[in-house]
Amino acid sequence: MRLVIAEDLALLREGLIRIFEANGFEVLDAVDNGPDLLRALTTLRPDIAVVDVRLPPTFTDEGLRAAIAARKEIPGLPVMVLSQYVEQLYARELVADRAGAVGYLLKDRVMVVDQFVTDVRKVAAGGTVMDPEVVSALVNRRSADLRTLSPKETEVLSLMAQGRSNAAIATRMLVTEKTVSKHTFNIFTKLRLDQSDDDNRRVLAVLAYLEA
Amino acid sequence: MTDTGAPVPRRGRAWRTGLALRLRRLGWSLVLLLGAAAGAALATVWLTSTSLIVLGAGIPLTLLATVLVRWFADLHRGWAADRLGEPVDRSYLELPRSGWPSRSWTVLRDPASWRDWAWLVVNSITIWFTGGLSLVLFLLGVTALIYPVIYELTPPQVFRTPLGEGFRLDSVQKSFALVPIGAVLLALWYATSGPLTRLNALVMRSLLGPTEQVRLRARVAHLAATRAENIDTQASELRRIERDLHDGAQARLVSLGMSLGLAKQMLDHDPQAVQRMLSDAQTVTADALTELRDLVRGIHPPVLADRGLDGALRALALANPIKTTVVTDLPGRLPAPVESAAYFAVSEALSNAIKHAGASLVRIEVEFTPRSDVAGELVMRVTDDGRGGADVDAGNGLRGVARRLAAFDGTLTVHSPSGGPTEIRMSLPCASS
Repeated sequence: MRLVIAEDLALLREGLIRIFEANGFEVLDAVDNGPDLLRALTTLRPDIAVVDVRLPPTFTDEGLRAAIAARKEIPGLPVMVLSQYVEQLYARELVADRAGAVGYLLKDRVMVVDQFVTDVRKVAAGGTVMDPEVVSALVNRRSADLRTLSPKETEVLSLMAQGRSNAAIATRMLVTEKTVSKHTFNIFTKLRLDQSDDDNRRVLAVLAYLEA
Repeated sequence: MTDTGAPVPRRGRAWRTGLALRLRRLGWSLVLLLGAAAGAALATVWLTSTSLIVLGAGIPLTLLATVLVRWFADLHRGWAADRLGEPVDRSYLELPRSGWPSRSWTVLRDPASWRDWAWLVVNSITIWFTGGLSLVLFLLGVTALIYPVIYELTPPQVFRTPLGEGFRLDSVQKSFALVPIGAVLLALWYATSGPLTRLNALVMRSLLGPTEQVRLRARVAHLAATRAENIDTQASELRRIERDLHDGAQARLVSLGMSLGLAKQMLDHDPQAVQRMLSDAQTVTADALTELRDLVRGIHPPVLADRGLDGALRALALANPIKTTVVTDLPGRLPAPVESAAYFAVSEALSNAIKHAGASLVRIEVEFTPRSDVAGELVMRVTDDGRGGADVDAGNGLRGVARRLAAFDGTLTVHSPSGGPTEIRMSLPCASS
């Protein structure tokens, strides 16, 4: 899998390169600023980009903006955004184009390497992965549609938003996979998502959740 | 009481409200004219009382007269403030609690007492050129306008020489010549009513308001007080950050280092224990990161640096469990200290609404208005539909905000009747960059 990394701190950049190379990724380029990132994304067209939100030259949300700009040019370009802090505002902006293939995680999550690499692969495959912190803050404020969900269904949806598969959700909730798919079916019905292919509906359900 | 009515779109109605406004001013002119006469008497009483101080009997008299003068002056300050749209501050020296003689002495050496007296004297003359003139123009205008009626209704000996002996009226037809004069006088009254009222208010402010010196002295005292508070707040903030780092992240890093060192030692003979230690080390690292993140948010929220006040407030509203709407009207990025102060002020008002008001809907409005003396003023309004009864002095939160805003010459006012709704209004003078 071909990958571009954007991280301005050399220590963390080297760490990320090491992790991805050890897990069979091909690191095409590792840049340390916003303009270089945009150039690398549009010319190299990697299978996935791992991007730090804060980058030079402005040391604000340069990385986030570059990622969103690149996805405007190449719709659905898979991007995993990493940050020292998460904001729901940014999560919304990332999912706003409804193309899927986005991830938004705290940098802390890199420490659990297996899970992190799995999440990156999931995003590369078109999935949506949101940090548990983004998701947990959303549990309290729910729109009218989401309020019709049962507590179990809400739990399934929040795990879905974190990018978990039905199998992983089943293990986590100590239920059978069949129960989980029953829950997901109910979620799709209650959120009025039509019978399209399951992956797309999962993305839409997560979007409904994030936009609540 | 205020002169500035809301603009009325329809012409006929605009004219009617304009007339009503001027007639009201006419009423005030009459009141002020009578007041000025009373004021002249008061000026005499006050001066006589002070001159009797040497005899002893003047002391209570002076104090009594001073109370009267100040009450009278306050009435006029209020009137002038309503006309000018800004407060006319009183600036008397504080009276000592001990003994009448020392109080009289304070009154006598207070320049504001003498300026009050000067105003009483000056006003008894100038009022004729403001309110009096307006009143005279109106009365003469009305008289001239209805002169034919007066001519008809009065016996032949009176009201026949309205402009002096050289112009004697001998028929009602001739008296119609006065009607246009009346119209001109009334037009003059109509046009000058506003400016004359304002002029009167300006005269009051010039003598009843504080002098430049007093204003500056008050300003210096205010600056010194807020600066001292500011330094205190900053020092205690730094102490808090130091303590948080020392007891939190720093301690966790030490423990992390120890775990790693131990793990290295045990690598050869107990790989299972090493596995456990490494996962402990991960937990400790995650905790340290969480603590640092919270600390950073408290110092300067990253989203504020990224997106400015507008974006940061939107992020704040999104993270809020209560439904919160944000309306902003900002020209662009504001200076960093202003953004930060405004953000923390709104965030405190918001958490106040969440914690105490039991609100289900919060509205945040932030508006920047250009001003003539500084570059502009940032006004922040946080309203909720909760149970009300919020008070600046009740909790630490809002008082802290008021203190922090005061360092910028900002203000915080709470309007929160019991039963709600609550409005917290904060203002912050600033320059927009």
